[in-house]
This record gives sequence, C-alpha cells and structure tokens, in this order.
Amino acid sequence: MALPHGVSETDFTNALARFRAAVGDEWVFSSDEDVALYRDAYSIYWGEPEERVASAAVAPETVEEVQAVVRAANELRIPLYPISTGRNLAYGGSAPVHSGSVVLDLKRLNRVLEIDERNAWALVEPGVSYFDLYNHIQERGLDLWIDPPDPGWGSVIGNALDGGGGWTAYPFRDHFGAHCGMEVVLGDGDIVRTGMGAAPGTKTWQENKWGYGPWVDGLFRQGNMGVVTKMGFWLMPRPEAYISGTARVANDEGAVGLIDTLNLLENQQMVNGSTQLNSGGAGGFGSPGWSLDVPIYGPANVIREQLAYARSKFEQIDGCTFTESELIMTQGPGQEAPPGVRLVNFGVPNLSTFSLLGRSPFQPNPAGGHIGFSPILPRRGEDLVRFRDWYRANEAEASGGEDLGIIGPVFMTNWERSLVGLIMFPVAKDPEYNRRVRAAFERWVELARVEGWVEYRAPTVYQDLVAKTYSYNNHALTRMHEKIKDAVDPNGIIAAGRYGVWPKHLRDV
Amino acid sequence: MRSVNALGSLGAVSLITGALALGFVTTLAQAQESAVQHGEQVYEYWCAPCHNPGPGHPGTQSLEFRYSGTEIPAVLVERTDLTPELVKTFVRQGVLSMAPFRKTEITDDELDALASYLADR
Repeated sequence: MALPHGVSETDFTNALARFRAAVGDEWVFSSDEDVALYRDAYSIYWGEPEERVASAAVAPETVEEVQAVVRAANELRIPLYPISTGRNLAYGGSAPVHSGSVVLDLKRLNRVLEIDERNAWALVEPGVSYFDLYNHIQERGLDLWIDPPDPGWGSVIGNALDGGGGWTAYPFRDHFGAHCGMEVVLGDGDIVRTGMGAAPGTKTWQENKWGYGPWVDGLFRQGNMGVVTKMGFWLMPRPEAYISGTARVANDEGAVGLIDTLNLLENQQMVNGSTQLNSGGAGGFGSPGWSLDVPIYGPANVIREQLAYARSKFEQIDGCTFTESELIMTQGPGQEAPPGVRLVNFGVPNLSTFSLLGRSPFQPNPAGGHIGFSPILPRRGEDLVRFRDWYRANEAEASGGEDLGIIGPVFMTNWERSLVGLIMFPVAKDPEYNRRVRAAFERWVELARVEGWVEYRAPTVYQDLVAKTYSYNNHALTRMHEKIKDAVDPNGIIAAGRYGVWPKHLRDV
Repeated sequence: MRSVNALGSLGAVSLITGALALGFVTTLAQAQESAVQHGEQVYEYWCAPCHNPGPGHPGTQSLEFRYSGTEIPAVLVERTDLTPELVKTFVRQGVLSMAPFRKTEITDDELDALASYLADR
C-alpha cells in the first residue's frame, strides 16, 4: 500500500478506522487486491512507477456518510479522490490524479431523487449511470429523453463534471451546460447548495440556474473545490420526430461555406441535432471534399420545413449537393428505438462504442485502451483545412511510426460554436509501447499549443501538461484557481491535482 | 460456487427423516434458483450491454473474432465451458478494453451469483 504523501502510518490507520466507523467495515477497501480494482485500466503508465494509484478506497452510501468521511480526512490531512461511477475510461478511470489518495467511491449514492415530467428535469446522485436514469424513466412511462454519451455506464453527474457531452439535441448534449443546481460537500464537511437551492423552500432548485449573487457551479466542473453529491439536469421532452440531411462539397474551398452555413443554422437554432463532419465529399471517405450530416429534432411538420430551409442555405454554396433522409418518428416511453438508428441519437444508452476497441478482422490484437487529444478549433472552414494539413505535415515526425496506430484527425462538431479536432492514441499494457505513445501525445500537445489549439479535457496524467497551455499572463487562471483552492479547501484534501489545480502543500512536490 | 455448495449439502441431508429432508431440499432448491435468478439480474445489468447476442455488443463481437474457427460460442450465456473461477477472474481483472469491476459495482455476493449463473449451464 502506498501511503499518501506526508501522511504518517498512524494517521492513515486512524483515518481508515474513522472511515470504517462512518460507512461500515465492508465499504472500506485497503487490501492490495481490493485497491487494485481502482487502477486505471487505460493508464498510459500501467505497471510503471509513475502510474497513479490509490492507497485505499471508501464508499459511503449517504450524504451524511460523505460528510463524516470528509471531516475525518480533513482532520487527519488525508487526500481524497472522489469518483462517481468510476467509468471515466480514457480520462483516468477510477484512479486518482495524486498517487496515495484515498478514492472516495460514490457509486453507492445511486438514487434518482426526483423527476419532474411537467417541467422536464431530474435530480440525481453521483452513482446514477445513464442506464439507471434511462431505466427509471422507462419504468415510470415518462415522456422524457436523456442525452447519453457513448458509454452508457458513465455517471450522469461525473460526465457533466468532467466536461462530457452526448448525441441528441442542443442544449441537452452539453452535459454541464444542461445542469441546474448542485449540492456540494466542502473540504470541512459543510454542505452548500448552489443557485436556487441556497434558499430554503423555493422549489425551484432545478428550474433556475443562476439564483442570486456570484455563480459558483463552474468551480466544480473539472474542479476540486468539493464533493458534488447531487445535481439537477434539464431533460428533453421527447421530440416527435427526427430528420437529417447531408450536405457535400467537392473541395476544400467548399468547406468555408459549409461551416459558415452550419454555424448560421445552429446559431439560428434551425439545426439542433449533433452534426457529423466527415472528410470526403460525394465520392465518400477519402475522396476530395467534405460532407456534413445535419440532424434535426422536433415536430414532424416543423422539422420538414427546417430541413428545407437548411437545404436552401447549403445549396447557395458553389457546388454543394444536398440529400435528405426520411423522417423518423421517435419511440415513446417503453418502446424500442426505431430499427437501424444510432441508439445514442435516440436517447438510448448502450456500450456499442467499445466495438472500436475490441478484436476484429481489422484489429486482431488490439492495444486495449486509448486516450485522446482533442484541441478546440475555430468553427471556420479555413481552420478545418489548416488543422488537417497541419496534422498531415507533422504526422511522420510526431506520431512515432505507423505501428503505434495513432489515428487522426477526426473532427467533431457536437459542441456549440467551436470545432474539435481529435487525435486518438492506443494504450497497451506494454511499457515500451506506452513510452512511445506518451512521447507522441506530448509532442502533439506542444505542436498544437504553438498554433493556438488547446485541449478541453485530458486524462489525469496529462492534466498538468494541458493546464500549462492555458498560460495567458503568466498562468493567471491557474494562479487564481490555486487561490480559490487554498481558501475553499485549506488543507487541500479534495482531488489534489485535478485538472492541474494543486493544493499549496503539494504545489512544489 | 453456491450451486456446488448446495449440492454438497444435499448428501448430508439424506440421513435426516423424510419430511424434514424434503423441506430442507426444497429450501435449498429455492435458494439455488434464487441465486441463479440473482445472477441473471447481475448479468442483465452489468454484462448484457456488451455480451448479449447481435450487433452493437462489443464483447460478443470481440469474442466472435477470438473464437472464430472453433466451436466455442461468442455469446456468454451460450457457453457451457465457463467455470465460476474463470468468470470471477475476468470480472475482477478485466481484459483488453473491459476494465475490472469494483466491489461497489459488483459485490462479492453478486459475483458469486453471477458466476453460478454463467457457469451452471
């Protein structure tokens, strides 16, 4: 067992005893065998001294138990690392940023506390997965959709807090953006409710995001200022129908009009679905040009007109062709999704995305894991082409050889107003292979930084590296985060190092 | 493991008088059935999204490739060669992209039930 940095064996033993008293013996894990279950299965440092590992884990079932654990940790200066469902694979899984932390496993806080069908919101605990919320809604026959990300076993809260997104309509697919109100246990065990939740008896905690005074919810997104124990989310009333069209341009010049038109249609809220941008025009993948799918959700008659409007705009681009798909009526509560659709686009959680990582004729010996580098790009055709050409120009030097299997670039348009350029890095259990992948990852981060392209989310081992790219005015933002961290969590016990924010006693270690 | 223990206990009760033994056997059978049902619930919640038959199930897809050319089925519930120990090893150690499952996800009792369900076929 690795003791937390600066913690004596006596204090650690006392802390485990306090944790056991708070949650019961069964829910404190300190044997090597049990703690190993908290390793990051996709760690790029797997089996190496730098792998981030826990010293123990504690799993409360109630908010009161969370408070008791946090109070004990605060008194004894034990670093805690909260996880929700612990399935944040490719971003650290259930392992801490700071080795030796005790994982605060919130999986047992797994209650859907309230759902309001009339005003379309839910209040949930961190252990609630997308599968759980979906099942809860189906069992009650509610005419509401959730917005699942690719892996349905993720936590609704955890995904939102880590900056994740999904695949249905805006604004619901921006998971943090779709939240409304949270409850947080601070480092001293105190409980804060944000927004309208700060006013007792309002009944509007999940119906108004802002409340009164400075809005603090953002401090807990990719943050470490407290342990989030409840969050509200706005849900989508089931849309009546879905329709999509595909715009294609034959060359890079056409990409400018393609992206400008996409921006116009999204910013006018004519296109609300998760659009898909692909390299390759009418000739398919690999051919010159670009294609863009533009899905729309809403009442059948309305979205037919919206698609016609979108078509008219795309067809104003020189050489652009547009094809329409058939309208699909969506499934009601308790019904199967229409055949042949991508389930996440229809609010149904699943795990099919892992097919990309499994064995197949194309990949007989897969590496097993992966991580990604996903810099945010300007939403302009010129930048799209520039990123692609930049990737091609640097691929031979930066990607470390074809045998590593690094894939790029994939473009994502699912965030409002910006583009994401994704590069995927396989991760294995082989230290030499992983060393080469790390060199490639770090090289791409640096090359992109020089161009002004920086990441929005990172695996735990690279959260410092990426935080350093947000360096305006001598890292003023990080310095401000640190000031807040020192004030809100003075003993620095919550999620030390998460997203590059370290408590003062670990800043120079 | 649970079903093996239950069958072992059946031998012991043969010395007990008829009516009492019958009641005991019935209770054991119910317990065994209940454990299997429990195991099925665990399977449906945790395993089915990857290991059920058909497209969209990455565990099945991966095992199809792994066992192509053999008579071993890719779908876990069609396997007759799984042992409880093997099931537990994969659940607690993971394989390739399947990360291990923690005890807050699948408890030891639930793992016993799952192993019985998958191995007792």
